[in-house]
Amino acid sequence: MRGRLARRLIGSTMTGATYGAAALAILPLAAIFAMLLVKGAGSIDLNFFIRSAVPVGEPGGGFAHAIVGTLIIVGMACVIGVPIGVATGIFLAEFGGGRFGFGVRFVADVLNGVPSIVIGIFAWTWLVKPMGHFSALAGGFALGIILVPIVARTTEEMVRLVPNSLREAALALGYQRWRATLQVVVRSAAAGIVTGCLVAVARVAGETAPLLFTALGNQFFSTRLQGPMAALPLQIYVYASGPYDEWHRQAWAGALVLIVLVLALSLIARAVVRAKRQHA
Amino acid sequence: MTTPPATPPVQTPVPPADAAPTTLPRLATEGLTAWYGGASGVRDVTLACRENTITALIGPSGCGKSTLLRSLNRMHELVPGARVTGRVLLDGYDIYDQAINPVQVRRRIGMVFQRPTPFPTMTIAQNVAAGLAVGERLARSDRDGVIEHALRRAALWDEVKDRLHESPLNLSGGQQQRLCVARTVAPEPEVLLLDEPTASLDPAGTAHIEELVQELKREFTVVIVTHNLQQAARVSDVTAFFYLGELIEVGPTSRMFTAPLKAQTEAYITGRFG
Repeated sequence: MRGRLARRLIGSTMTGATYGAAALAILPLAAIFAMLLVKGAGSIDLNFFIRSAVPVGEPGGGFAHAIVGTLIIVGMACVIGVPIGVATGIFLAEFGGGRFGFGVRFVADVLNGVPSIVIGIFAWTWLVKPMGHFSALAGGFALGIILVPIVARTTEEMVRLVPNSLREAALALGYQRWRATLQVVVRSAAAGIVTGCLVAVARVAGETAPLLFTALGNQFFSTRLQGPMAALPLQIYVYASGPYDEWHRQAWAGALVLIVLVLALSLIARAVVRAKRQHA
Repeated sequence: MTTPPATPPVQTPVPPADAAPTTLPRLATEGLTAWYGGASGVRDVTLACRENTITALIGPSGCGKSTLLRSLNRMHELVPGARVTGRVLLDGYDIYDQAINPVQVRRRIGMVFQRPTPFPTMTIAQNVAAGLAVGERLARSDRDGVIEHALRRAALWDEVKDRLHESPLNLSGGQQQRLCVARTVAPEPEVLLLDEPTASLDPAGTAHIEELVQELKREFTVVIVTHNLQQAARVSDVTAFFYLGELIEVGPTSRMFTAPLKAQTEAYITGRFG
């Protein structure tokens, strides 16, 4: 009888401990979000989204140039990074058994660990310096390089998850290797690949260091790819380290918008997976 | 009278002149050995399957029957390090000849696997038509007709005709397996290879598939691997018994199950081992 009680007690304690650990893990995110809401929500108005920076002291300034800039730069990063990353991931999953595959995987893992500021300097050396000026293009390029190994590894994981029996069934129907890979295997892994891309994009959208030497930032609204462009993280950095209260308030608001963007991308990623699962 | 196959163009030696066309087996092997690296899974098999017959391959686990089956449509060579020596003749033409594209072979010899494998991102109709995608292009109306015909042959049409555009994952295991059969017969292969097709099904599903196989015999030549001796006895015309990679005995099913010639065959069939 006593043994049973002790067992139940230990069981409950352990279960409680795991719940506690989970709560502890959620705590930082909840705390950050709460802090940003408290400090930044008050400064968010329509102007924030449709007006660009104004001279200090003038009311009604906003982050429109930074928000649009982030969208453009991240968009370019996707165009560069996603196709290369997905193709590499498919290659690694389907044909990556040998030495070459091992090498590619190793390089991708190392690239994942390279500090993003180093990648920014790399983009500066190869794009900014030869071109002679800072540009959104270089910023997109730098972020694209960061995207490639993340997308490649998640794509590989997702494609590997597709059971071999599906691959065999396609080949037994007389599908060529490429067709079996693309039309059956990758198509089955598509939801997972999209999720991986969205999560990678969410991560890359918040990178500041690579943009310091490439896109540089811009006080004015610009959509010119060959010129410097504002971006949310850059603008937050400039405003947060500035001396004006007005700037500080806008920086808080910018940080809130950035985290909402990241959250939205992650939620969309989950919705995509759920939709595919219901449809399939 | 068998007519030569329309595709693919073949430059292999033609069947011997003295073989009368009517007695040429649809599918035959000569000295077939399937290797996994340096070890052989099945050795020196010479077997002939006549048109419109069902040949059952039986034997205990690991005897090489699935390896042999996969050598018949060049699926065996997809395993890294695997290769095949000997000949496999489809209507007298060696499918392992250098000039032949294995992809073309697999379009003429279809295979149904042990576990149902409907393509999850395609609808039921798209699954059935999946094999058609690699053949000649068909008009939309023709395609719908082929899908219906294949589903009827698989005895699945009545159960799915109202949900052709739904996901196949909502079907039962037996229905999914019949869908795989429909998918395999839609492109009109000449030979059907069934690798333990009822192993993962309940008795009702098994009965459906066995009935189906008897129907399919009228249009195709069928080779079925089965662990279930009673199924082999129920369904097949010819039975081949394998043990440890060797073909021990082959003969008409009725004789194999009542008066086998080899002691090993009798021991297996009577359940003394296996």
